[in-house]
Amino acid sequence: MFPRPIGLASRQVQIAYRVALTGALLVWIAPLAAIVLTALRPQEDLLAGNYWGLPSRFAFFDNYVAVFSDPRMLRFFLNSVVIAGVSVAGVVVLSTMAGFALAKYRFPGRTALLALFIGGNFVPSQVLMIPVRNLVVTLGMYDTIWAIVLFQTAFQTGFATLFLRNFIITLPRELFEAARIDGAGEWQVLFRIVIPLLRPALAGISVLIFTFVWNDYFWALALVQSDRQKPITLGLAGLRGEWLAAWNMLSAAALLAALPPVLLFFVAQRQFVAGLTSGAVKR
Amino acid sequence: MPAHPMRRPDPQKLMPLLLLLAPLSLFLLMVVLPIFQSLWISFYDWDGMSAARWIGLGNYRELLADDRFHQSIRNNILWLLLFLLSPVLGLGMAIFLSQDVAGIRIIKSLFFVPLVLAHVVIAIVFIWFYDPAFGPLSLAAQALGLGAVAVLSDPDIVSFGIIAAGLWSQTAFCLVLYLAGLSQIDRDQVEAARIDGAGGFRLLYHVVLPQLRAVSFVATIVTIIGSLRSFDFVAIMTQGGPFGSSSVLAFQMFEATIFSYRSGYGAAIAVALFAIMSVYIAWFLRRTVLADETAD
Repeated sequence: MFPRPIGLASRQVQIAYRVALTGALLVWIAPLAAIVLTALRPQEDLLAGNYWGLPSRFAFFDNYVAVFSDPRMLRFFLNSVVIAGVSVAGVVVLSTMAGFALAKYRFPGRTALLALFIGGNFVPSQVLMIPVRNLVVTLGMYDTIWAIVLFQTAFQTGFATLFLRNFIITLPRELFEAARIDGAGEWQVLFRIVIPLLRPALAGISVLIFTFVWNDYFWALALVQSDRQKPITLGLAGLRGEWLAAWNMLSAAALLAALPPVLLFFVAQRQFVAGLTSGAVKR
Repeated sequence: MPAHPMRRPDPQKLMPLLLLLAPLSLFLLMVVLPIFQSLWISFYDWDGMSAARWIGLGNYRELLADDRFHQSIRNNILWLLLFLLSPVLGLGMAIFLSQDVAGIRIIKSLFFVPLVLAHVVIAIVFIWFYDPAFGPLSLAAQALGLGAVAVLSDPDIVSFGIIAAGLWSQTAFCLVLYLAGLSQIDRDQVEAARIDGAGGFRLLYHVVLPQLRAVSFVATIVTIIGSLRSFDFVAIMTQGGPFGSSSVLAFQMFEATIFSYRSGYGAAIAVALFAIMSVYIAWFLRRTVLADETAD
C-alpha cells in the first residue's frame, strides 16, 4: 500500500493526521463556506460590516424570496435545465451510435475518426466562435437557447464518443458472435446487447456532460443576448453588476447555480469519477 | 461493371456508415469546418457584417506589432507555468487523502467540489475575497500593517489573483485523477521495495511515480490545454483589465471580435491560439491513439 496506512502508525500520529485533515479541508472549502454563510446572512449584517462573522439571524429563506422576486432568476434556471437536459439527450444518442461504430467495426479511417473526435474536444472555443455564430444566425437560431443546445450537442459528442467507445470495446467479443450466430441483425445487436450493458457508462457520461453544459459560460456569452434566453451562468454574471452591494442575494443565486451539478456529483460520484478518469487510468 | 450485380450491401460495411452519419456530420459542421473557416476569415479585414476585404497576412503582421497581443501571450505563459502547480499539488493532496479513516469518503467528495462548480461561481467568490474594502485578503494585509490590497486593480498582481481562482478547480481535477491512480498501484511492488528499505520520497520517486506515468501525462497535458483555454475567469473578474494587463489570447479574441467589431483580427488571434495549442493536442493524440492502436 502507498502511502503507508495511518492505522499502522502510533496513536499520536493518527490524531495529528485527523487534525491536519480537518484543517486542510476547512482551508480548501473556505470559499464555498463563505458563499453558504453569506447566502443565509441578512442584508443588515452586510450594511453593518459583518461580512465574515456569524450571521445575526437566519435569513436563508428571506434571501431566496428576494432572489426569486426577480422573475428573470427562475427563467435563467429553467433555461439551464432545458439546455443541459436536451444537450445530454442528444449527446447520448449520437455518441452511442458513433461509439458503437468505432468500437466494433473495422473500416478504413477508423483511427483517424477517433483522433478527430478526441482532438476536437480540446480545440479552443474561440477558433470556432465566429463561424458558429454566423451559422446559427443563418439558421435563425441566434439569441435562442437552441443555438447553445445545437453547439453543445455537437461539441460534447466528441468526448462522449471516446468514452463510450472505450467502454464498448471492453465488452467480450463472444457476446457479439453468439448474437450473430443466433441470427441477430446489426441493429438488434446494438439495441438488445450493447445498450443494456452500456447503462452504467451512459449514466456516467450523462452526469459529466450535464455538468459541462450547465457550467458553460463562453458559449452562452457568444450565442445569446437577451435575458429571456440566458442560462444561469450568464445570468448570474449579469446580476453581479446589478446587485452590487447585495452579496447575500448574489451568494444565494450563486449557490442555486452551483446546486444541480453538486447534487448530481454527490448522487453519482462513482460514475462521474470513472468518466473523468477514463483513459488516464487503466481500463 | 460490378462483379456481383445481385449482391446486397454487406451489413458489416454499411452499418458503421449509417451509425456515423448523424454524429459525424454534426461534429464536422460545428467543430471541424469552423476551424478552417476561421483560418479563412483571418485573411480578411472584416467587421462581421459588411463586405470583407482580403488583406492576406495583414492581420498577422498587425498581431506581431500589437503590444496587447504580447501582453496576452505573456499572461498565457504565466497561466501555463503556474497551472503546472496543479498536478504537483493534486498528487500531494491525493497521497495525503489516500488513508482509510472514518469519514474519508465524504471528505474526499468535499475536496472534489471545486471541480463541479461553474467558473462563474468561483469567479464571484474570488472577486469577493479580493475586495479591497472588506475582502479577507485585504483585511489580513491591513491587520499586518501592509495597508489595503486591491488585487484585481493592480496590474502587477492581477493575473496571479485570477490564476489562483483557476488553480482551485484545476487542482481538484488533478486530485481526482491521482486518487484513482493511487488506488491501482501494485501493492506487491510497494511492499517489496519497503522490504528492501525504500521509504518516503525514494519509494514515491522510484516505485510509485513510474506506475502513475499515464495519469501524470493526462493530468499535465489537460492542465496545459486548460491553462491556454482560460477565458471565463478573465472575462468575469477583470475583462482583461486594468489597461489590458490581465488579458489572455482567448479574451483578446472575444474583445476584438465582439467589442471592436474586428472579426478578421479576432480570427487571427484565435488561429494563433489554436496553433500554440495544437502542439499539445497533437502530443496528447499521439500518446493516446497510438497506445490504443498497439493495444488492439
